[in-house]
Amino acid sequence: MANDPIHQFQITKIVPIEMGGLDLSFTNSALFMVATTAVVSLFLIMSTSGRGLVPTRWQSMAEMSYEFVASTLRSSAGNEGMRFFPLVFSLFMFVLIANLIGMFPYFFTVTSHLIVTFALAMLVIGTVVLYGFAKHGMKFLKLFVPDGVPGALVPLVTLIEVISFLSRPVSLSVRLFANMLAGHITLKVFAGFVVSLIAADGLGVMGPVTAILPLVMAVALTGLEFLVAFLQAYVFTVLTCMYLNDALHPSH
Amino acid sequence: MATTSAETHTGTEVPADAHSPGTFPPFDGGTFASQILWLAITFGLLYWIMSKVALPRISGILEDRRDRIAGDLAEANRLKQESDAAIAAYEQALAEARGNAHKIAHDTRAKLKADVEARRTAAEAGLADKLADAEKHIAELKTTALANVGEIATDTTTALVETLIGKAPTKAELTKAVDSAMK
Repeated sequence: MANDPIHQFQITKIVPIEMGGLDLSFTNSALFMVATTAVVSLFLIMSTSGRGLVPTRWQSMAEMSYEFVASTLRSSAGNEGMRFFPLVFSLFMFVLIANLIGMFPYFFTVTSHLIVTFALAMLVIGTVVLYGFAKHGMKFLKLFVPDGVPGALVPLVTLIEVISFLSRPVSLSVRLFANMLAGHITLKVFAGFVVSLIAADGLGVMGPVTAILPLVMAVALTGLEFLVAFLQAYVFTVLTCMYLNDALHPSH
Repeated sequence: MATTSAETHTGTEVPADAHSPGTFPPFDGGTFASQILWLAITFGLLYWIMSKVALPRISGILEDRRDRIAGDLAEANRLKQESDAAIAAYEQALAEARGNAHKIAHDTRAKLKADVEARRTAAEAGLADKLADAEKHIAELKTTALANVGEIATDTTTALVETLIGKAPTKAELTKAVDSAMK
């Protein structure tokens, strides 16, 4: 079981809760969601408690994350997009911190579960659809009919646009989920090779020596995974901003 | 359990405490409800904290800093304008003083020139007067001298004639001769 690369994604109940036939238990996944929220909130609130005109290191980090997300949102969705700033910022910080917490050994990675990333993606798409119809009414449907398309092609293009719109929550959620899942499995497999080679019978001294190779690989992959953890949070955020831009400006 | 499964499992075995043993955990539908619920609770809480506390605070800090920098820049600009105005006033005063000095020098020069001119005119007038007086005096002297010429000529002629012929001419002859000679 120690070498099972899937074991790390196992959800275990901590406080079993059963309501109306649904299993709503407080699990390890929920625990790490709480931890993510706590880390993000404490980081941002404690680092800015000084409200320094000249920031401390921690306050500087909080300001950097604020301005990073703000500039991402502003460049994709314009100044009107800033009304969604709390949502986009929460998404970015939640995904980023959940990914980073998952990098600790024995910690659970919240974003390695499809249902979590899909729920976040549906939150984004739901916001886009609701806000789009609330602000533009039926004009929001122009999103599916790009300007300047010859009349005969309109049905085809519209069909493609609808399919692409519907595939957004899928691609948005699967991208993040698959990256985190695959990264953690790979890391676990290579780390498992190290242990297997050292413990292997019949290799003699060659076992620990050859174990260096997967060890180097595991170290390199750890670095890569930190990059992926950040990059996927960023990609999720950028795509969210672009989809929100569609809600703000439906005509292409 | 760990020892037995380690010998027999083929890589993806799931322990007995799982929701649905045998399924790949991310695709285990039994855990979805719980994950969605707790995600909604935690993410909702995070959103609430971000939008009510953290983000207003950070944007407040950034705005304060921007205001402070803008205020400092405006203050610097104001001080610069003040110093520019002071420099302009100083230069104007300098130009005025230079103009005044010029004017005073010019006036003085003009006054001196007029003074000299007046004195020169006065002196020239005096000289002309003196010249006229002298000329008048010379003319008088000349007239007087010419008046005496006849007498001197008569006397001289008398003396000459007397010496030549040993006898003084008569007065009438003398006068006639002198007058004819002087004409």
